[in-house]
Parts: sequence; C-alpha cells; structure tokens
Amino acid sequence: MKNALYYKSKKIFTNTLIHIFLISVAITCLYPLLWMIVSSLKTQEMIFKDISLIPRQFHFENYVLAWSQGGFGRNFINSITYTVAVVFGIVIVSSMAAYAFSRLRFPGHRVLFFMFMAAMMIPIPGSFVALYVLLNKLHLRNTPIGYILCMINVGLSTSIFLLKTFFDKMPKELEDAARIDGCSKLGIWRHVALPLAKPVLAVVVVFNALAVWNEYILALIIFDNRQFMPLQVALQTFQGEFVTNYPLLMAGLTITALPIILVYLLMQKYIIKGVTQGALVG
Amino acid sequence: MKIKDTVENYIFVLPAVVIFSIFFIIPFVWVFQLGLFEWDGISVSKIFVGLNNFKEIFFQDVNWWRSMWNASYVTIIALTFQNILAFLLAWACDREIRMKNFYRVLFFIPPVLSEVVVGMVWRFIINHIDGANIINRTLIGIGLPQLAHNWLSDPQTALTAVSIVHCWKGFGWGFLIFLAGLQTIPRELYEAARVDGANSWQSFKKITIPLMIPVVVLVAILTVLGTMQVFVLIVSLVGGEFAGHTSVPVLRILASMRGSSRFGYACAQGITFGLVLVAISFIQYRFSKKER
Repeated sequence: MKNALYYKSKKIFTNTLIHIFLISVAITCLYPLLWMIVSSLKTQEMIFKDISLIPRQFHFENYVLAWSQGGFGRNFINSITYTVAVVFGIVIVSSMAAYAFSRLRFPGHRVLFFMFMAAMMIPIPGSFVALYVLLNKLHLRNTPIGYILCMINVGLSTSIFLLKTFFDKMPKELEDAARIDGCSKLGIWRHVALPLAKPVLAVVVVFNALAVWNEYILALIIFDNRQFMPLQVALQTFQGEFVTNYPLLMAGLTITALPIILVYLLMQKYIIKGVTQGALVG
Repeated sequence: MKIKDTVENYIFVLPAVVIFSIFFIIPFVWVFQLGLFEWDGISVSKIFVGLNNFKEIFFQDVNWWRSMWNASYVTIIALTFQNILAFLLAWACDREIRMKNFYRVLFFIPPVLSEVVVGMVWRFIINHIDGANIINRTLIGIGLPQLAHNWLSDPQTALTAVSIVHCWKGFGWGFLIFLAGLQTIPRELYEAARVDGANSWQSFKKITIPLMIPVVVLVAILTVLGTMQVFVLIVSLVGGEFAGHTSVPVLRILASMRGSSRFGYACAQGITFGLVLVAISFIQYRFSKKER
C-alpha cells in the first residue's frame, strides 16, 4: 500500500515539474508577442514608463497612422498580392509537373525530375547575386512580376516532390474511368487528380504562403521603390526613417505578424503534418 | 498519334521547366562563371581573373573568415543549447501528459514568424537599459545592477544575444521533428524494459537515444544549414555587421555585391560558402552512418 502511494506521489511530483518546465518555455514564446501588441497600443511616452502588459488607454490610432502615414497599407496590399499570386502559380505549375512525373511517360522525364530534386538539396548562398544580374538584363528588376516569378521558382522543387509522392500512391482506377468517359489528360488532371490531392495541396499552399509572406533577401535586392516592397523589407526601411517611433513600428510589426499567426492557428494541423512528414522523408 | 501524345505530355512539365531553367539553372551557372571575373555589375566589360578571387578569399580576406567564425559560433550555440532544449521539450511532451497539443501549438509560433518581426521585437525588448528591458530590470531587481547593460550594442555580448534570439526562434522546428521521431518508437520496448527492471534513465539511455540517432543527425544537419546562413535576424537585431562583431557570410556576400560593387568576388564567396555547407552536411551524414 505504502509502495503504491509512493509511486503515485512521485508521478504527480514529476508531472508537476514537467508542466512547470513546459509552461515557462510557453510563456517565453508568448511574451514578446504580447509585448509587441501591447506596445503598439501605447503612446511614445508611456512605452518606457509603463511596462505592464495592460495599457491604461488603448491608442488604436497608432494603427491608422501606421497604415496611412507609415505607408504600411500599401506594403500590406503588396504582400497579399505577392503571396496570392505566387501560391496560385506554384499550385498550378507544380501540380501539372508532378502529375506528369508520376503518371505520364516521355523521353527525359527521369532526368528532369532528378534535376528538380537536386535543386532541393544544393545550397547556393550566392545565387541572389546572379539572379540580380539576370533580372536586370530581362528588365524585370524592381517589378512585381519579376519578384513573383522568382518566388514561384523558389517553391517549385519541394511542391513537386510533395505532390508527386501523393500522386504515386493515388489509385489509378478513377483516372481510367475518366479516360474511358472521354476525358482529356488536362481534364483528368483538373477534375480527378487535383480534387483528390486536396490534403497535400493544403500543405503546399500553407507552406508556400508562409515562405512568401516571410521572404526577405530577394525582395531586398529586387525592389528599390518602397511602393513595390512587401512588408518585411518595408519594415526595415521604416525603421531607418522613423528610428524612435516605437508605437508605430510595433503597429507595423503587428500588422505583419497577425495574418501569419491567424493562418497558423487555423491551419496548424497541416503545418505540423508538413514539418514532420517532410522531415521524416528527408 | 504517338508524337502528339508525347508533345501533350511535355506541355504538363513545360511551365515548370521554363521557370526553373530561367530562375535556377541560369543563375546557378552564372555564379560559377562570374566567380572567375572581376566585375562591378554595371560596365560592359568583365576582367577575367581566373582563380584570383578564390585566392583572395583564402589568403587575404580576414573579414571573410571572421564572418565564418561568427556564423560557426551561432551554429555551435544552436546545435547544443537549442537542440538540447528541443529534445527535452519533445521528451516531456511524448509521455502521457495533459495539454500536449496546447504546448505543441505554442512552441511552433516563433518559427512561423519572420526573422524581421522576431528581430525587431526582441531588439525593442533587450536594447534599453531602462524602460522595456525586462531582463535588465530583473537583474537590477535581484541586486546585480552592474550586469544590466545594453546587450546588443556591446561588442562582447552582441553575437551571443543574437544566438539566443536565434535559438528562441528555431527550437520549435527541432521540437516537432524530435516529437515525431519519439512517437515512432514502439511503446512495447519501454514496457519490456520496465518488466526487466530498468529504471527510466536506463531505458532512456538504452532505447530512446540509440533509436533517435538518425533523427538527431537530421535535426543537426538542418540546424547547421539553417544557422550558418543566418543574416536577416542580425540585420533586424543589430542593424548590420557592427564593425565585424556580428558579420556573417551572407552579409559579407551582400557587402561585396552592394557595398564594394564586386559581383565576381561576391559569387566566389558564395561558391566557397556553398562548398563548406555541402562538406559539413556530408561529414555529418557519414558520421551517422558509422554510428549505426
């Protein structure tokens, strides 16, 4: 009897310790975010005087100022446009290619697929230098379309890999039925393969959306004008211009971070699945 | 009919191949080409200098190797501190415990945020002695005011502060991968060990660690590749290279390109750095093969 009690209390004790450990790390995860949001609602004077996490007054006008005067409205719309355009492009281009690599046969399909996979493995840290030169030659530098095309390329290999793995496991019977009904290859891709691939497409969409929204280096070298910049790069420019205006900066950061956090909380099932799958495959 | 079929099949891969050729293969080839030239990025003529750029990197460029050392320093902290923390958290979450999913969701918030946001918020938190800096306030509060200072503008502490913030942003990745790995270990193994009289430390040492080695190597490779290329976080935390105290290879490449307009040299630096990264991950991979 004494033994059972001993083990039970020992278990409660270790579990409590574990929870304290986990909760303290969880607080460090949340604290900077809360701090950012709270500071975006204070005035410049209060930001250093009052360090509590509940402001006495809520200054929502900081957001209006950041949106119009700080110019983040423009950059927010840019970020949304780039993210939507790139993700749409990646979904179409990579799902067509992945479907072909999985189902259709043509000379060179192995070599081409290998090329995409090799690109996934090789780190080339200097490639942005050459990309800059190339875009200059094509007159695509400092244009949204140049940035969008570059970013479609960035997400291509991994998306093709994920989708091909899915198509390889997909049963062929449905496609055969569609073919007998007189469906063209493009029709089968559009009406049979894509609808079936929805769970993988969700992973592809979420990961690429996060990547484009958070992208920095290409946007930095491609855009000179702030009117084309996405939020990440514009924030740096803003910090350079309004060094000390913390509430506006924090409002800008909140505008940048909140959409990502919302998407993450809504889609976290797919994100966690994507991370663990991608990792254990590789 | 056969030819029409093949052409049709090519149409499926055509958009992907075109985009990939223009925006990946051409720049890839150009990096190697430009590395052999001295070129300011504007003028029509490029001067062929052979391997001189590489010679300069290896024998003269002290700043380059300093930036390599700085990146290695951040990487070593990430490999140890960040990954041990991630492993402990994953191990704690792997057992029967309440709110498991709650923790999992929270721990992955820092990795989904951009480095710009993370850097700027942390800079705001740790960059002032008075006011917002909760760390300095705590130090003053517990009677150690001499330790409280501006962590990011002191050359002694700037790089370490960057490393800690980097770990904060990155441990969620390792945590998720470790947790997924731990969950593939069959529970029966632990039960069999307990029946045989093993305590939890013994079963951790004899079951968990050996079975997790492939996952540990994977996380280590990902950590090295990711951390060596860190730079956005440094720009948004410190503002730049800070007279070399926080310079890292990617910032050096950017400086060669934009600062001193030496495009060829920037490409040569990129190639050198890329080869180092490939070599490191290859060694780690081989090492894991031997261990097994």
